[in-house]
Amino acid sequence: MSRRPHSARSATTHQDAVPQQARRPPGEDPSTPPRACSDGDEAGPEYSGGAAAVAFRGAEKRYPDGTVALAPIDLTVRDGEFVSVVGASGCGKSTLLRLASGLTSASAGTVTVAAETISYVFQDPTLLPWRSVRRNVEMLAELTGMSREEHRRRASEMIELVGLAGFERHRPRSLSGGMRMRVSLARSLVLSPGLFLLDEPFGALDEMSRERLNRELLRLFELRRFAAAIFVTHSVSEAVFLSTRVLVMSPRPGRLIAEFEVPFGYPRAADLRFRSDFTELTAAVAHRLREGGDE
Amino acid sequence: MSTPQAGMRPAIGRGLRARRSPRAGRPRASRRDRLAPAALFLIILGIWYFISLVILDPDRRFLLPSPDAVVRVAFLDGHNLDQLLRALWLSTSVALIGLCVSIALGMVVAIAMSQARWIEKSVYPYAVILQTIPTLAMVPLIGFWFHYGFSSRVIVCVLIALFPVISSTLFGLQSVDQGMLDLFRLHQIPRWRRLVHLQLPAAMPSTFAGFQVSAGLSVVGAVVGDFFFKQGSPGIGVLIDLYRARLQSEQLFGAVILASLLGVAFFTFFGWLSRLVTGRWYGVEIH
Repeated sequence: MSRRPHSARSATTHQDAVPQQARRPPGEDPSTPPRACSDGDEAGPEYSGGAAAVAFRGAEKRYPDGTVALAPIDLTVRDGEFVSVVGASGCGKSTLLRLASGLTSASAGTVTVAAETISYVFQDPTLLPWRSVRRNVEMLAELTGMSREEHRRRASEMIELVGLAGFERHRPRSLSGGMRMRVSLARSLVLSPGLFLLDEPFGALDEMSRERLNRELLRLFELRRFAAAIFVTHSVSEAVFLSTRVLVMSPRPGRLIAEFEVPFGYPRAADLRFRSDFTELTAAVAHRLREGGDE
Repeated sequence: MSTPQAGMRPAIGRGLRARRSPRAGRPRASRRDRLAPAALFLIILGIWYFISLVILDPDRRFLLPSPDAVVRVAFLDGHNLDQLLRALWLSTSVALIGLCVSIALGMVVAIAMSQARWIEKSVYPYAVILQTIPTLAMVPLIGFWFHYGFSSRVIVCVLIALFPVISSTLFGLQSVDQGMLDLFRLHQIPRWRRLVHLQLPAAMPSTFAGFQVSAGLSVVGAVVGDFFFKQGSPGIGVLIDLYRARLQSEQLFGAVILASLLGVAFFTFFGWLSRLVTGRWYGVEIH
């Protein structure tokens, strides 16, 4: 596989929906996270308006039999952005991620990736059963040629960060679904990706594990462990809780039908979910999702 | 082989958990599990004695000598036992060499086929032909080319034992999780690293199942090879043919029993090896 050209130059010239101002709405920010370890040195990072990590320009995916998996799409995701994509099954959400990753190429239009490293997390943790937690976390760094000391150091740090300390020598089969997903997240983040793609990573988990992992993923974003993210999910509440922007997609053919800015700053507290402006936004997104493609 | 008991083989205990757990609440079952095979063995022995001593006429008893006669003549007579064990050793070495060649060759072929579709397309038909061609038909040719001694026996052995290694290894290499392959592709991990760190380990359970089948077949190959390629010191197959010709039926039975035990030993060993390797994929890493 060859990476597409690193050109972010066209990103600002093209008309799209990315706002240029940082999102710091008034009246927001009573929420300081209860976790002590999160925000030490990161004083007020910008969560949007950075360089484009990935830009779709009329990118389209059509299969040889004529099926349109994804209608032409224009989208720019910048450093510091966490973009969620919600939509019914078969609306092209995964196709969007595969295009961004380069695992699939566009049938028409272009996908320009500026991010140096892309990480991809699937719904299934896809761990190697013969490797321990530590060796699984080290895997990508080790096999992409990172030096031994470096990948060991980074793996130790990530294991600590995702709360797997003490489980380093366990094999995946002796872990719960939530723990396996942590291993998968840690493995991807060891590479410090410029673009982090997540395809319904918590879809198979129970509600409790899911919410905990939401908070952990949020914290990893706040700690700038990855520069930008595209997060595919079925859950509107999860999308709003995590993101700077929520995109709504509609099936047949898969296309973007709406876009919501999320006005909450970071760091975000767990009880954000219970605030009225959060539930209002969630309801609005859910409503748009239900309406589907009718404009 | 001893029967599996609680606490045995701690390294693979977790791997066997699924199989053993249904018995956990029923301690009586484990006693029955041990008694039933013993009972069946005694019944078979009883039938054997009955046919040998009651049904068969004394002058036709060579068709099925009684178990104690077999043990006495074949195994307790020093000279006969010596002859049998020497032959058994020779056959074991034929089977072992044949098996090693099959494993090495089979894995190389399977790995080559897994790396490129065109290699698989062009080589696989010959692998199938190898499996389906009657070994008997190849005997004269092997004799011409490699003479009628030790090396020809090994070649028969390889002909019979090679295919399961190829097919099961190839199947294992190709059944790697698609998500994992995507991950390796996304991060542009070189092909040989993918092979060493992903495909080969992932293929292990399937590969070992193939080894196990081949191990059993390699013993069959060694014995069959003896029948056609008799030059040099006799293997167990040569002895079987000899005892048949001389109507030494006690020794004939002894040789058949030893040959079967050799096959069972090979088969069991590879089953154990497989569990030893893949059983460690469960639970906590042990250093």
